[in-house]
Amino acid sequence: MGKHDFGYFFHEGLSNMFSHGFMSFAAIGITVACLLIMGTFTLVAVNANALLQDLEQENEILAYVDDSYTEEQAKALQSKLEAVPNVASAKFISKEEAMESFAEQYPDESLFQDLDPEIFRDRFAIKITDLHQLSQTAEQVKAVSGIAKVNAYEEIAGGFITVRNVATVVCVALIAILFVVSVFIISNTIKLTTFDRREEIAIMRMVGATNGFIRWPFVYEGFLLGFLSAAIAFFLQWGLYAAVAQGVDTNDTLQLIHIIPFQQLWPAVAGIFAAAGIVIGVGGSLSAIRKFLQV
Amino acid sequence: MIRLKDVEMEYDNGTRAIKGITLTIEDGEFVFLVGPSGSGKSTIIKLLTGEVEPCAGRIMINGFSVSNISERQIPLMRRTLGVIFQDFRLIEKKTVYDNLSFVMRAVGASPKEIQKRIPYVLNLVGLSKKSNSYPTELSGGEQQRVAIARALVNNPNTIIADEPTGNLDPERSLELMNLLVKINELGTTVVVVTHEKDLVDHFGKRVVTIDSGHVINDSVGGYVGGHIHG
Ligand SMILES: Nc1ncnc2c1ncn2[C@@H]1O[C@H](COP(=O)(O)OP(=O)(O)OP(=O)(O)O)[C@@H](O)[C@H]1O
Ligand SMILES: [Mg+2]
Repeated sequence: MGKHDFGYFFHEGLSNMFSHGFMSFAAIGITVACLLIMGTFTLVAVNANALLQDLEQENEILAYVDDSYTEEQAKALQSKLEAVPNVASAKFISKEEAMESFAEQYPDESLFQDLDPEIFRDRFAIKITDLHQLSQTAEQVKAVSGIAKVNAYEEIAGGFITVRNVATVVCVALIAILFVVSVFIISNTIKLTTFDRREEIAIMRMVGATNGFIRWPFVYEGFLLGFLSAAIAFFLQWGLYAAVAQGVDTNDTLQLIHIIPFQQLWPAVAGIFAAAGIVIGVGGSLSAIRKFLQV
Repeated sequence: MIRLKDVEMEYDNGTRAIKGITLTIEDGEFVFLVGPSGSGKSTIIKLLTGEVEPCAGRIMINGFSVSNISERQIPLMRRTLGVIFQDFRLIEKKTVYDNLSFVMRAVGASPKEIQKRIPYVLNLVGLSKKSNSYPTELSGGEQQRVAIARALVNNPNTIIADEPTGNLDPERSLELMNLLVKINELGTTVVVVTHEKDLVDHFGKRVVTIDSGHVINDSVGGYVGGHIHG
């Protein structure tokens, strides 16, 4: 047999798929679920990571100086603060400067416009080197005498680190498990087709069809199952992501969280889903027809 | 040409079905393979089609050495054979035409070749009008003729039939055997396993008699040996 009769194999693969409508449906359903779970956790991890990076860029601790200190005394704390491990730099901000930048940040709110600088404290904006040690560093800064209060995004950062780590671990574990489950289900669907077609397979062999010829329709069947699953999962993922993003955007208490728009992510999601779907589908079919690899 | 030399074959369960057979069938011959039940006739057929392997001896089929054939060559060897089974083994959800086009496709025939070849073969077996029927809509004799058409359609060098008349009444059996003789006269080697003494006698072809895994007689003419059943 010379040329690869794509049309024929594709047609056979497609009709195989429809000959077991229910099983194919179940296989696609499981694979879609697998891809969706994989995708969702990956996207959560990606977003948590992006947020962490945002935070890392402004990896600042605000250290407020005790009210009883004069500005001169306060400025003198700088060298002590810079001696704390993991502190990259400490920048002094006086009460007046603090008030000005506050007023700049909230220009509309006339209520704050003529605030008394006295309600603001002198402070240091401290940059740190390693965000993972944020909480220890914050503790050490607080221990410096003359520092009354420390305001770090430590809880938020810690939260995101946890989310990212959990999402990553869950992701890896789920991907492994769901991958195996999907391959297994697709493999069984295709085994059912090979069982259905055992007479035809026996006859094809008897008349001298090559193994390749016998296998291709099943490979296409797996390919189609995987690819369809990927397509369905992609659109569901899109819808899900858009819904969650909107929910977060309109929720006041989640103001801080900035969701990466799907427009930026879809090529990667589409590519990964298609690749995973095809690997699952073709892998499943190859495992189903392993025995036809021998004569 | 088919050549078996000192061939022995043992099934996995230890049954020694073939105990040293040497046999040559020339191109264009018509050979009946006869013998009691369990003597090893079907095993010989399976050895020829490559379904089972010999444990000793050598088998040559149409230029292929079956004993040390490479995996890639097995399909090519099988293309030189057309096999007919007692139970027809037609695909019930395909029409007569599709049963034939299916096996042509399986060996890479083009749609053009298929369109040309199938009417010719159906005409040869007298089933031109049944092209679009399903196997279940045909009589036993007609189904067996479809099976013959299918064995012929890829134009093999040799036709091998294991009790092709087993499910047919005597008249249909005679018709079918006449068809195989006609096919043989068109140049195809034919090997037929049968129980039917009357038929074997009627045609006066070469008869190879098997008993307990041995060839006990090989001669032209009628049935030899007394204890033939069927
Ligand atoms: N798959 C098998 N496994 C084990 N033993 C087998 C198998 N097939 C056949 N045999 C044994 O091998 C011997 C030869 O069997 P074979 O089928 O070749 O006989 P046969 O001549 O075709 O008989 P029949 O005329 O009844 O078809 C018998 O003893 C049979 O029991
Ligand atoms: Mg038999």
